[in-house]
Amino acid sequence: MEILAIIAVFSPLLGFLGAGTFGEKLGDRFSQIVTCGLMGLSTLLSIYLFYKLALGERTLSIELFTWIQVEFLQVSWGLQLDSLSLVMMGVVTIVSLMVHLYSVGYMDGDQGVPRFMGYLSLFTFFMLILVTAPNLLQMFFGWEGVGLCSYLLIGFWYNRESANEAAIKAFLVNRIGDIGFVLGILTIFVMFGTLDFTAFFDILEQHQTDSFRFFGVEFHALTLASMLLFIGAMGKSAQIGLHTWLPDAMEGPTPVSALIHAATMVTAGVFMVVRLSPLLEYAPFAREFITLTGGVTALMAATIACVQNDIKRIIAYSTCSQLGYMFMAAGLSGYSASMFHLTTHAFFKALLFLGAGSVIHAMSDEQDIQKMGGIWKFIPVTYTVMWIGSLALMGFPFFSGFYSKDIILEVDWASGLPIGKLAFYFGLTAAILTAFYSVRLILLTFHGKSRADDTVMGHIHESPLVMLLPLVVLAIGSVFAGYSLDKLFVGEETTFWGNAIFVLPQDEVISKAHHVLPWVHWSPAIMGFIGMIIGYVFYERLKELPAQLSRSFKGIYLFLYHKWYFDELYDKLFVNSSLKLGKVLWEEGDQEIIDGLGPNGFSTVAYVGGGLLSRLQTGYIYHYAFGMFIGIVFIVGWYFWL
Amino acid sequence: MASLPLLSMTIFLPLLGAFAIFFNWGQSGLVQAKNARWVALWTSLVTLGLTVILWYNFNADSSSFQFEDKFQWIPIMNVGYHVGIDGISLPFVLLSALLIPICILSSWSSIQERVSEYMIAFLVMETLLIGMFSALDLILFYLFFEGVLIPMFLIIGIWGGPDRVYAAFKFFLYTLLGSVLMLLAILYIYFEVGGSDIPLALTTPFDPAVQIWLWLAFFASFAVKIPMWPFHTWLPDAHVEAPTAGSVILAGILLKMGGYGFIRFSLPMFPEASAYFAPMVFTLSIIAIVYTSLVALAQTDMKKLIAYSSIAHMGFVTLGIFSVDAQGIQGAITQMVSHGLISAALFLCVGVVYDRVHSREIADYGGLVYIMPRYATVFMLFILASVGLPGTSGFIGEFLVLLGTYQVSTWAATLAASGMVLGAAYALWLYRRVVFGALIHPNLKLLTDLSWREKLIFSPLVAGVLIFGIYPIPLLRVMEAAVANVIDQYNLALDPEDGILDRNKALDMARQDDKEAI
Repeated sequence: MEILAIIAVFSPLLGFLGAGTFGEKLGDRFSQIVTCGLMGLSTLLSIYLFYKLALGERTLSIELFTWIQVEFLQVSWGLQLDSLSLVMMGVVTIVSLMVHLYSVGYMDGDQGVPRFMGYLSLFTFFMLILVTAPNLLQMFFGWEGVGLCSYLLIGFWYNRESANEAAIKAFLVNRIGDIGFVLGILTIFVMFGTLDFTAFFDILEQHQTDSFRFFGVEFHALTLASMLLFIGAMGKSAQIGLHTWLPDAMEGPTPVSALIHAATMVTAGVFMVVRLSPLLEYAPFAREFITLTGGVTALMAATIACVQNDIKRIIAYSTCSQLGYMFMAAGLSGYSASMFHLTTHAFFKALLFLGAGSVIHAMSDEQDIQKMGGIWKFIPVTYTVMWIGSLALMGFPFFSGFYSKDIILEVDWASGLPIGKLAFYFGLTAAILTAFYSVRLILLTFHGKSRADDTVMGHIHESPLVMLLPLVVLAIGSVFAGYSLDKLFVGEETTFWGNAIFVLPQDEVISKAHHVLPWVHWSPAIMGFIGMIIGYVFYERLKELPAQLSRSFKGIYLFLYHKWYFDELYDKLFVNSSLKLGKVLWEEGDQEIIDGLGPNGFSTVAYVGGGLLSRLQTGYIYHYAFGMFIGIVFIVGWYFWL
Repeated sequence: MASLPLLSMTIFLPLLGAFAIFFNWGQSGLVQAKNARWVALWTSLVTLGLTVILWYNFNADSSSFQFEDKFQWIPIMNVGYHVGIDGISLPFVLLSALLIPICILSSWSSIQERVSEYMIAFLVMETLLIGMFSALDLILFYLFFEGVLIPMFLIIGIWGGPDRVYAAFKFFLYTLLGSVLMLLAILYIYFEVGGSDIPLALTTPFDPAVQIWLWLAFFASFAVKIPMWPFHTWLPDAHVEAPTAGSVILAGILLKMGGYGFIRFSLPMFPEASAYFAPMVFTLSIIAIVYTSLVALAQTDMKKLIAYSSIAHMGFVTLGIFSVDAQGIQGAITQMVSHGLISAALFLCVGVVYDRVHSREIADYGGLVYIMPRYATVFMLFILASVGLPGTSGFIGEFLVLLGTYQVSTWAATLAASGMVLGAAYALWLYRRVVFGALIHPNLKLLTDLSWREKLIFSPLVAGVLIFGIYPIPLLRVMEAAVANVIDQYNLALDPEDGILDRNKALDMARQDDKEAI
């Protein structure tokens, strides 16, 4: 079993090395085969391990070798397989395999096929390392690794200015979050003397009232640690304030958006929060903060998605919003509900992205939905799967999103906390908006009269089989994942999560969520229905209405269209001021002040002083005699006075 | 093996090679240059082999000096030739021995004038460097320490760029000024202790009031070498004008002399003063990290940018050292070794394109990835290591330093961590402007990718950065006992019973001071 787990995690790395070393010599086809083949192996093994271990309610931990050892600090490389990591492994490998296959078709003819396939595999490896990490530091290793791959893949087309900018932006915004992550790790180590999850989870209870001095202020230690770590999660999972990189990340090729920026990497923050459930249980304030952040993000991103025109950006904001849902539940101790939504979301969001990619492919790389329309009968398979993905996203009854979104809102309500109620209403509002923008996207993209020019319409074609197959697989997942995993993940009787998720008895919320009033139970679906109708009316019946509304509420429209002006604000506040400050410090600080007063000033003094002194050498003997006389007077005077 | 004076052999072998080149004078220019290159290369490789043997036979469990050689040198003054290494010096000895052959290989074809003198300068420098890191006599140490300046001064002043004379003098004066003060302090210690033996001086307690002055005198020298803000302005100029190999040695090893000095002398000899000044060092380090990172953002010259980034990275080193904590100091040493590999590699990366295009201006590049994919990969790896990505040696050093610092001052650790963002900003932006983007400059289209010699130069650095990132245990293990010894000595001296300052008081002061500074 150990060896299978190791193979499952490391075979994508082999794929990367294979494609990276030999890809150029042996050609595109070789890279595709080696990466997809090893990815397939990893997927099969992950599913097998899921069956054997997770369903058998067993765990497995493997220690590979010591990484760092300094005094009390000891960190090892290892794999920790419990139901939480096994679920993640399953999701990651399945989606990744589908994206690998899809990329074979999508990237066909691109100059960098070996590089692309290699990066995808490398990303998968880091993601697997992240989810199987037995300690915080290895998690951070995977965390940074996926961030690196995200950076490399966003900037994959490196001749594009915008892609390069977006790649750097993604890396830097994530790094800001990482400051929090690192400080959180440091706090945990200083408090517990270990970074191993199991080791510090065991002694948490004894430390629940400890305080920690941070910036000269005494904080509740566990709250402080949780908040710091959550800042890291906010960066990676694009929560409000640190979300600005995600929409820009759509500069990357579409399969990347599906794998990294929808299904897997961006959910790492959610995974981290769930992994740290024992810690968070003792930090109620931090959990409230998480819920609030999630709720606000869910709503904010959904409002923005309603007015965007780039098909990928709409889906990106939708991802942002759905991640908010996951955090909402996690903050209220509904960790399993977050994991459930994470899983279903991975399927339908990857599907939506890949579907969007298929549309873009068909439309000769057009991404603006205002320039599409009327193409549904040309690309029927894509059209169908986009509907399936959208319905799942909206939470349409019996599609997968229905079950997971439902349980999240039930958890919000059942928690009984004011913050839970607030999150519930935020979630309901976001549900209306979700349905609205989904319908808007479908109608503008596929229906009505075509707004594209004739050459584009002449080229329109359905994607090849190698791209359609992954779409179909993901579509099946989007339909059935909710129904089939419901009982297992969030059923009342389930023992599936075992020790992987810890909830204090007084916070237990999943069982309460099963006994909410019927209106709570059905409200998300009803809201989704309302949103759909509004969308239908706006974009099918009264087509003039959206334009009119945007004119009469111009302020609001522009506010949303400009994405709440986050980017403009940050550019002013941080980016430009740093650049300016750097220039000032260099030119004024280094060159004027330090060099001016230091070495250059010194040499000036020496030069000028030397010049002055040389004037004393006049050559007249009486000048020298006078000098000697003064000197003698001085010495004698000195002698007498002392 | 025990009977051979292995360490002394390692120290003086390069000098022997230098003599060999010197007496090879008189042949025709080309033959002479060729011989000089090969002699230098082989000498430095054998030296590297000797240091590996030292490493292999090194007993990491012991904190005492090993491979000691000792005899009276100037009996009338009681000055001895005394050398030996412990876990703190060994990493630097290895680093020096690794970088010199790399320097020689990287200058193989780019240096065509006065080749023999050039090679002699590098070999002499190697002797001085290894000697400096293993000297156990203060006078001997001072000779080696100052002696290093001379070949470096010549390398910048003779084989440097157009403004080399200004840079060379700036470098020389800055570092010499600091060293003069150190010499005074060494003389004081000599008279106080009654000899110049370092192990003896290390066990002599000094009066705390005197320590303050001695500490400052040593600080003047080490702070310039590392360099700490605001004594850093010589470094960018020196780097810009130095030839590639000069930059490699400057960033790779010369900067580490300061850090080594702090650990070897300041902490154990002047513990009270170190505790007293720790808040100041913390403040200066933080300023260095933030200030120089911002300045790096504004640079248009590749070498200047990397030079400024070096100062920021050295800020981590001083933070770690003065946290006086096992993680902090081991982190500082790891950071120094790692920076030795990374900055050397980054300067070599600049050298690769400088050799081809003869420009260091960032704006003259762009789109190199299309014609030099292998170069792009190697450059990317070192940019990431410089950013401190986990899995590279850069991360281990930074993380351990932060861990050590965090226990002393959360302010300092947080601000230092913000360097992670700024560091990523200037490094990735540099890479993006040089390697990515469209290939607009027509003269770049004819460039060739890495030659086999360049690949050979980079491969040990690539291996080192990755291995120490994933499995740094061999490195950490070597220094463990010696660092623990330094910390024990420090804590013993600061014991509330007989020290003037209690460590906790010192820590509180550090926090206070940080608050005031911010």
